[in-house]
Amino acid sequence: MASAAASAAVLEVEDLSVTIRTPAGPLHAVRGVSFDVRRGETVCLVGESGCGKSMTSLAIMSLLPETATRRARRLAFAGADLAGATGAEINALRGNRMAMIFQEPMTALNPAWTIGDQLVEVHRRHKRSGRAEARERAVDLLGKVGIASPVERLGQYPHQLSGGLRQRVMIAMALMCGPDLIIADEPTTALDVTIQAQILRLLAGLQRELGIALLLITHDLGIVARIADRVHVMYAGAIVERATAAELFARPCHPYTRGLLSCLPAPGVTEAGTRLGTIPGVVPSLIGGIEGCAFRSRCEHARAGCAQAVPVRRASATHHYVCVEEVAEMAALGEATA
Amino acid sequence: MSALIEARGLSRTFSVSRGLFARRATLNAVAGVDLDVHKGEVLGIVGESGCGKSTLARMILGLLPPSSGTVRLSGRDIRVMPRRALARRMQPVFQDPYSSLNPRRRVASIVALPLAVQGSHSAEERRARAIAALDKVGLPARYADNFPSQLSGGQRQRVAIARALVTEPEIVVCDEPTSALDVSVQSQILNLLIDLKENLGLTYVFISHNLAVVEHLATRVAVMYLGRIVELGATAELFRNPRHPYTQALLASVLTPEPGLGIPEALLGTASPDPLNVPAGCPFHPRCPQAVEMCRGAVPKPVDTAAGFAACHLVTDAASRAA
Amino acid sequence: MSDAVILPIETVTTKVGSPAARMAANPSVVTGLLLVGAVVAIALLAPLLAPHDPYAQDLTRRLIPPIWHDKGVWFNPLGTDNLGRDYLSRVLYGARISLLIGLSVMVISGLIGTALGLAAGYFGGRTDLVISFVITARLAMPVVLVALAVVAMIGGSLPVVILTLGLLKWDRFAVVMRSATQQVRSLDYVTAAEAAGASRSRIVLGEILPNVFPHLIVVATVEAGSAILLEAALSFLGLGVQPPLPSWGLMIAEAKNLMFFSFWLIAIPGTALALLVLGINLLGDGLRDVFAPDGRS
Repeated sequence: MASAAASAAVLEVEDLSVTIRTPAGPLHAVRGVSFDVRRGETVCLVGESGCGKSMTSLAIMSLLPETATRRARRLAFAGADLAGATGAEINALRGNRMAMIFQEPMTALNPAWTIGDQLVEVHRRHKRSGRAEARERAVDLLGKVGIASPVERLGQYPHQLSGGLRQRVMIAMALMCGPDLIIADEPTTALDVTIQAQILRLLAGLQRELGIALLLITHDLGIVARIADRVHVMYAGAIVERATAAELFARPCHPYTRGLLSCLPAPGVTEAGTRLGTIPGVVPSLIGGIEGCAFRSRCEHARAGCAQAVPVRRASATHHYVCVEEVAEMAALGEATA
Repeated sequence: MSALIEARGLSRTFSVSRGLFARRATLNAVAGVDLDVHKGEVLGIVGESGCGKSTLARMILGLLPPSSGTVRLSGRDIRVMPRRALARRMQPVFQDPYSSLNPRRRVASIVALPLAVQGSHSAEERRARAIAALDKVGLPARYADNFPSQLSGGQRQRVAIARALVTEPEIVVCDEPTSALDVSVQSQILNLLIDLKENLGLTYVFISHNLAVVEHLATRVAVMYLGRIVELGATAELFRNPRHPYTQALLASVLTPEPGLGIPEALLGTASPDPLNVPAGCPFHPRCPQAVEMCRGAVPKPVDTAAGFAACHLVTDAASRAA
Repeated sequence: MSDAVILPIETVTTKVGSPAARMAANPSVVTGLLLVGAVVAIALLAPLLAPHDPYAQDLTRRLIPPIWHDKGVWFNPLGTDNLGRDYLSRVLYGARISLLIGLSVMVISGLIGTALGLAAGYFGGRTDLVISFVITARLAMPVVLVALAVVAMIGGSLPVVILTLGLLKWDRFAVVMRSATQQVRSLDYVTAAEAAGASRSRIVLGEILPNVFPHLIVVATVEAGSAILLEAALSFLGLGVQPPLPSWGLMIAEAKNLMFFSFWLIAIPGTALALLVLGINLLGDGLRDVFAPDGRS
């Protein structure tokens, strides 16, 4: 990462690892992940289940399960160290300057409290504001996230709202204290497509308007393409490719990224009813750790060198990938086999 | 071409408890669906959660008796068909490969269950056929004695497909068969379904909320909204030229992996469809950006379109438009 | 499938292990099995192990203390009771009564409760309503009082105690089986069996029962332990097993007047009872843990 960029970064993660104790041995869920999120930009972590993307977000928020341990060379929020921060310091930041939006708002909202109580509470706790002031802000924000008649909604309980409305409430709650960073973990996966588009549009609009740094975790390459400024593709606990969204989709370099994109039925590109691309095999076990490239067991370009440490290659200043082969060579190979 | 499956006026209501003292509410899961499935086609059924697509599938499979209406298989009402005879011709594949396999049985026993029910084969023959079915779905015989917990999600879904195929049915009803799977596994399962259809001449009813998948696999598509089919048509035509405003919104909301296009504006407002409270008139009118007064009054009748029909007051007849 | 050749990193390890291996690794199961196994062995081998006839009275040798006592003798290692019967022999034979009661009551109440619970959970609707009402009605009856009343009316004997408890204690089986069945019933593999045209009995016995079995085992052990304790309580009150049968509860009852002079008369059968019930409960707890983590549950 360039040092000039790091100065503007709201979130800096350097060489983050998460290890989970399991009966079968230590599971290396996140293996040396580094990235940053700058003010006013949207960064996506994308990957399939078990790739470590959610563990990364939980590690940043210090919400890891008890069996997990976190190690990082640097983990900083707005320049302040998070790795060594006390519980109280983290609590003062969480929900305040860094907020989180979860996949399932029904479990993230307290079913015994009204929407209003929950919105007001978070503001009063962090901002030491009066009830009236907090309430006013809640009404204001519910309106901003597109909820009609916000005053009436304040008195309702989470189960009285639809999934889409609940997620809007979650967004309003995340915004209550004017955060610098929002981490959204699969925020629309539980929602229908029409609602998903609305929620993402809302999130992206607010993020731009308020200049918030947004870290979005998703498995959906469609969402990534439409919302991300920069993308980090994760596989087996590590980032295998990073690029701007435009670069990544125009010229995916890592064999995993290329494989993933070939798996998607794309109207106008894949012919209906024909076979789609596949990635053979399964994700390797992360118990005990992996030497070399974790993708080599499924990679059609795999060779002996893949078992050793793999170099980072640069397709451009902002586009890096971790592979033994240069992409030009791989493209030639791919065309030869096609 | 006469239809393999004909559903006529199919409706299903559920009585839903709304708490201790409230009156039970009626949920109209499916309301008056007419649907034909032709031999050799892939009929996609799309719609959002609560639109009744899974209820419709269960009625077609004969697992749920309709409140009214009939399902005919090759002209025979399935209610008068013996269960086993129906099972020989039509089999389901479900969404969640974790809950669709009995965790206490071994793979071969799971796959052989439909044969065991038919009672027409010896134990050795059942096992041989189960292993043959596993082979068809790309699972080597060495998995036959594993328990489901020892398989990955994709492998489990292959087992579920093998079970559906073991009695050599004509029709497979797939209810969200890839929704619980990762993208790379999804494409493997879709490829498998495509291969099986070509090799075995299967007919699919393919239910999904994933429009890209339906567009890839289906030959015809029915779009459901709050228990009704609001539009039906040949896949290419329906995706190129959606007529119903809901279909238009649905297609516009699909996020294809094309950077730079941004997030589409669906223009649907924040109202959400509630099957307990289906609006009068056109059920879509509270969310419809084009709704007019007429939409509040009457349920729209299906209007013929180029390749099917659309149930919308604003869609004019293909014939009358051409005139 | 045209899956390409795979360059192995390491195969995905499924560390499931056989049920036997998981049981052997579970301390509750091992301890419970040891305790229950010991009592079962004692019950089976009682005629070989017992030094004397448990019914033989010898009024000249009354109330001899156990061997660790100053006045103990090796002829009666655990001493004798107030009728001069060898206490060790009686305790050994007592294991038979307790196990017989525990097992029989468990089987009778288990059959009734499981049948009701499976029917209520599987069929739902009106069947469920009726069975739930029966369960609720049963739960409104105090087991001990009803058992006391029944035994007082028809007179206490081993078969009466077994039948009374068996016909009373099915409630927990029914409640647990009902909710477990409801959960399993809604799973897709049951639907798949229905779609294959499977009969109800095949679905209930082949698809549902094996998957609710772990719950059944846990309830069964708890109920067996509780039946053994109830028998002891009834016998203590003089309304259970009748003398001269060597039931542990009865032995405690017979010794209650001598409690301050010959404490071992109560302590020995009491300890035996406690160890057996502890063993059964440990086994139940352990088996639940062994059966529960199956893939994802």
